[in-house]
Amino acid sequence: MAIDIAIAQFKPAKGDLDATLDAFDRVLTGALRRTPRPRIVVFPETALTGYFLEGGVREQAIEASALFERLSARHADLGADSVDIAIGFYELHAGRVYNSAMYAKLGADGEVVHVHRKVFLPTYGVFQEERFVEAGSGIRAFDTAYGRVAVLICEEVFHSISGVLAALDGAQLALVLSASPARGATPGTGAPDNVARWDALGSSLASEHGIFVAVSQLVGFEGGKGFAGGSAAYNPRGRRLVGGPLWEEALLVTSLDLDDVTQARTEEPLFADLERSWTRLLVNSPGAGVRRPEAES
Amino acid sequence: MEVPWSPHVQTARPPDPADYSGLELDVELVRAWLVEFLRHEIRRRRGFERVVVGLSGGVDSSLTAALCVQALGPEAVFGFSLPYRTSSAASREHALELAERFRIETRTIDITGAVDGYLSSFEPQASGHRVGNVAARQRMIILFDQAFKLGALPAGTGNKSERLLGYYTWHADDSPPINPLGDLFKSQVWALARHVEIPAAIVEKPATADLIQGQTDEGDLGVSYREADLILHHLLSGRSVEKLIEAGFEAEKVALVTGRLERTHWKRHLPTVAMLSSTAIGEWYLRPVDY
Repeated sequence: MAIDIAIAQFKPAKGDLDATLDAFDRVLTGALRRTPRPRIVVFPETALTGYFLEGGVREQAIEASALFERLSARHADLGADSVDIAIGFYELHAGRVYNSAMYAKLGADGEVVHVHRKVFLPTYGVFQEERFVEAGSGIRAFDTAYGRVAVLICEEVFHSISGVLAALDGAQLALVLSASPARGATPGTGAPDNVARWDALGSSLASEHGIFVAVSQLVGFEGGKGFAGGSAAYNPRGRRLVGGPLWEEALLVTSLDLDDVTQARTEEPLFADLERSWTRLLVNSPGAGVRRPEAES
Repeated sequence: MEVPWSPHVQTARPPDPADYSGLELDVELVRAWLVEFLRHEIRRRRGFERVVVGLSGGVDSSLTAALCVQALGPEAVFGFSLPYRTSSAASREHALELAERFRIETRTIDITGAVDGYLSSFEPQASGHRVGNVAARQRMIILFDQAFKLGALPAGTGNKSERLLGYYTWHADDSPPINPLGDLFKSQVWALARHVEIPAAIVEKPATADLIQGQTDEGDLGVSYREADLILHHLLSGRSVEKLIEAGFEAEKVALVTGRLERTHWKRHLPTVAMLSSTAIGEWYLRPVDY
């Protein structure tokens, strides 16, 4: 099945939820006017508030159900067609705050399909996530009308185990929501070094497991830290299908044919090798922590 | 696109006193980056349409002003040449040459009366260092007042080298609310200035605070910016002093740079506040500057 997917390279109005939701509406409306109509629109990590909030996460965090209700009401007001969305936000859940991503269906039979809570929280250099939010505990895929999908958030993609777990749970499409502060300006590259690294990561995630990957990047500046953009989508062979500009908002639309997942995995059955060896590896690899090696005599 | 292994790729090279490649930048990328930064911080975040820049005739303020012109247009940038009686004629000429090149409306306000109104009357024996500090703070008083009058935001011009070496007047040069050059070493400022076509006379002349005739930054510091930048680059990348000396850097210059760096951490912070509660601002109560 082929569908169009839209990746929103998005700039929130920091700390101003109503203004951000107005911008969200504009992006969604623009996406849904396209022909063919995108079936999934992906927004970046912390798209609802901006990324660097420090202690402000407590004031800005919102329950997934409340966010869904607000987005559903606005979607109804737009009179738009049904659409699936993935959006990053600081989530209030069971008295705790998480850096989360919600995958939801807006429109007829609307529902929250899945909430992913970021597992790997960067806390070094400019990042302070562990100080302000709690870590999620798992990575899984989930069924949608358009195939089996997994959502990953930013640093999770730097750990190859995240892609492994998503693929082993059946993901055919990984939606990656990111807020990556720009740094490094190596001569001759034309983009901040982190954008180049993200390009390598997205391509590698796709080709290792034979899945589609869509990366939505936050854009704009927060207190001197620039989010450069560089959103992109990759086919199951790791080829970039579409790439976003630097420094500005953009809507990237590309067509995904999930039959390509089968085709790519047939041509290069890396995923089948992983699937076949995974359990054996866990049991027999001391580093996995499932079985400790016998003490050496 | 060439794919570096990580954002820290430039620090991965072993230290070598003859290898300056770690300081090289994609200057066009950085130019566009800083122009976007200025647009965001001035217009989008703070709602200003105008900016004021003190034009000393040096490369830092010239580059800052040129980037502001690229970000907002020349009509939005207001230059101020703020000479003291000891300022060199060349500095004033360079400031005006820059203003003409980038079509910046520029006003000259001689600060001698304001500075000497205090010093001549009350502190006639003040050292050159003190005179420099008073002049730097007087310039900030004028820039902030002119910014208020014009409904503009003052832009800072300090670079990373002088910030790390503590070679500036605290709560003067560092006081404007935005600063596009603060993460660029001086040698990187020169490279970017050449790229945006700052007049060669400004880029190529020795850097000077212009407080005393013939004074140069590098003479004051005892090390060239180029050498200091490379040492700072490696120190900030986690290389030890011992490692640098072992790699062939001059021990005396490494010690000089390290000494200045370590003596001036305080200068890169806001004033030290006595913490009395678990709601102390900036310690417990943490909100980002743009929140």
